[in-house]
Amino acid sequence: MCSIMRSAVAAMALSMFFLTGAANAAVALEHAHYKFDATTLARGAKLYAEHCLSCHSARYVRYNRLVPDLGMSKSTVEQSIMLPDGANFDRGMISVMRPADAKRWFGTPPPDLSLEVRYRGADWLYSYLHSFYWDPQRPSGWNNRLFPNVAMPDVLARLGGIQDRQGHTLVSGALTPAAFDRMTADITAWLRYTSDPSKIERMALGPYVIGFLILFAVLAYLLKRAYWRDVEH
Amino acid sequence: MNTFYSWLDRRFPFREIINEHLTGYYAPKNFNFLYYFGSMALLVLLIQILSGIFLLSHYHASAAQAFNSIQTIMYDVKWGWLIRYLHTTGVSFFFIAIYLHMLRGYLYGSFRSPRELLWIIGYTIYLTLMAEAYFGYVLPYGNMSYWGAEVITSIIGAIPYVGHWLTSLARGGFGIGDATLNRFMAFHVVLVPLILIGLVVLHVLALHQVGSNNPDGIEINDQRRPDGRPLDGIPFHPYYTVKDTFGATVFLLLFALVVIYAPTMHGLFIDTANYTPANPLHTPADVTPAWYLSPYYAMLRAIPNKAAGIGMLALAITIPYAVPWLDRNPVRSSRYRPVYLGMVIVLAGSFLGLGWIGMQPAAPALLPPARILLGLYLAFFVLLPVVSRFEPTRVVPQRVKA
Repeated sequence: MCSIMRSAVAAMALSMFFLTGAANAAVALEHAHYKFDATTLARGAKLYAEHCLSCHSARYVRYNRLVPDLGMSKSTVEQSIMLPDGANFDRGMISVMRPADAKRWFGTPPPDLSLEVRYRGADWLYSYLHSFYWDPQRPSGWNNRLFPNVAMPDVLARLGGIQDRQGHTLVSGALTPAAFDRMTADITAWLRYTSDPSKIERMALGPYVIGFLILFAVLAYLLKRAYWRDVEH
Repeated sequence: MNTFYSWLDRRFPFREIINEHLTGYYAPKNFNFLYYFGSMALLVLLIQILSGIFLLSHYHASAAQAFNSIQTIMYDVKWGWLIRYLHTTGVSFFFIAIYLHMLRGYLYGSFRSPRELLWIIGYTIYLTLMAEAYFGYVLPYGNMSYWGAEVITSIIGAIPYVGHWLTSLARGGFGIGDATLNRFMAFHVVLVPLILIGLVVLHVLALHQVGSNNPDGIEINDQRRPDGRPLDGIPFHPYYTVKDTFGATVFLLLFALVVIYAPTMHGLFIDTANYTPANPLHTPADVTPAWYLSPYYAMLRAIPNKAAGIGMLALAITIPYAVPWLDRNPVRSSRYRPVYLGMVIVLAGSFLGLGWIGMQPAAPALLPPARILLGLYLAFFVLLPVVSRFEPTRVVPQRVKA
């Protein structure tokens, strides 16, 4: 009896998530165009510090790694990335918001975004930032086409403008649409970096590893041919 | 040097072992592409053991710290990303090698007498590897790890009478948590690898007792030179050691391409749903297993009744053990058995199809194709005893073809 009920609950949960998954899939994702280089990532890091970090930690990324990875100087990191209240250069990027406050203000604490791009995808994140709309029925006044009834308000509205549910502009933002697209693409690139900083090291290492193995494969093939010359085919 | 070897040989059969298993072991000279994958599987086993030792020195098996410790490896440990991506990519390459190795066995009848025991040991290695991969999958304690642990341990619960007891034994309690992670780590790191290594040794010993089969499916020992060596055989060392060195380099090249340029293989080698910590209150959108286990998941879902589904799964997993006795044709290789070749292609195709379905979200539209493919998969084993008796065969050559 117990197992039947458990199966039923599991099946219901599964079908509910399948349905919401299907609803999400109905919104076509925009493709995030960005160049994965130090300049873009440094711009994204600054934008993240200005607009996101006060609520969203990226706890697995230590401030000090921005120096070698993104080519920033220690003083730039300290002045333009680190938050004034108690951030430590050798520790992770932790938001200053206390979890208890977050729970009271938003109902749910803002998630850590270190791995967000690996979890949901770069295009998802980029589209999410473009999918906010004005919804007077929500407590915050905001809703999101990609993430219905999300707790987060549109913190970029001043720059990107305000849209209604159908995507019509109600109030235009301080940035042109093209500039807003570039800004959100920079943030996406930055979160792609935080989701796996090894990408920089991997790309730098790749050609040497692959080159060596190709060379070795050629030598190994020649050796094989030399040995096999006396086998009748 | 010779004095050293003489000293050694009186105390340990070193030269005897080298001779018996390398320089004096004669293998057919007509091995093709598919014959690389036995050695490649051995190579991946080595990669997994080495990278696993490094991972274990940083991993914490606790519900609170497991996920974070994996991120410490990825973000803070010097070369940590490399050892982890080697280990995660290694799993998929292990299964690619094993599946091609098994396909080779089906194609050329490598399980036929006198190689039945070799096949049984090999198939047991495959099943053991599935257990090893499963326990390892749970350790990072991402959300898919959690729900994978939940779903599979609840499947054990369907076993009559002792099921509930076995489920709590596997979990170490009523739910998934610290105890589960600790025992899964003990299985993944100690118990299953010991069994795996033991079985690999038995597999190689059994192979060297009966000799390798080849794409023509004929015995090279039937045609011997005056000195007793097989006419179509060549010593494994140096001929196949140099050939496998080349094969291993190409294999490592593909391996490195994945590790460096596509370590998650777009969610196929590392599931995206596992990039969020375990959460008992939030089921991932689709709980689907890794690609190498997904055919069996499709079989399970193809039958709506839980007990019947598990029974069918048990049958589908164990029936390949019987294949050496199901095949009644005197000819081994599919090269000389066109009907059998077609059956092997359908078997492999249905397995691949089930694999694709097993990775999709559960949907009623996929039920009929899953059942048809399951039927085709089982049909191979049901029809083989009959078809192999009456199927037409081509003339088998006396010597291997170059």
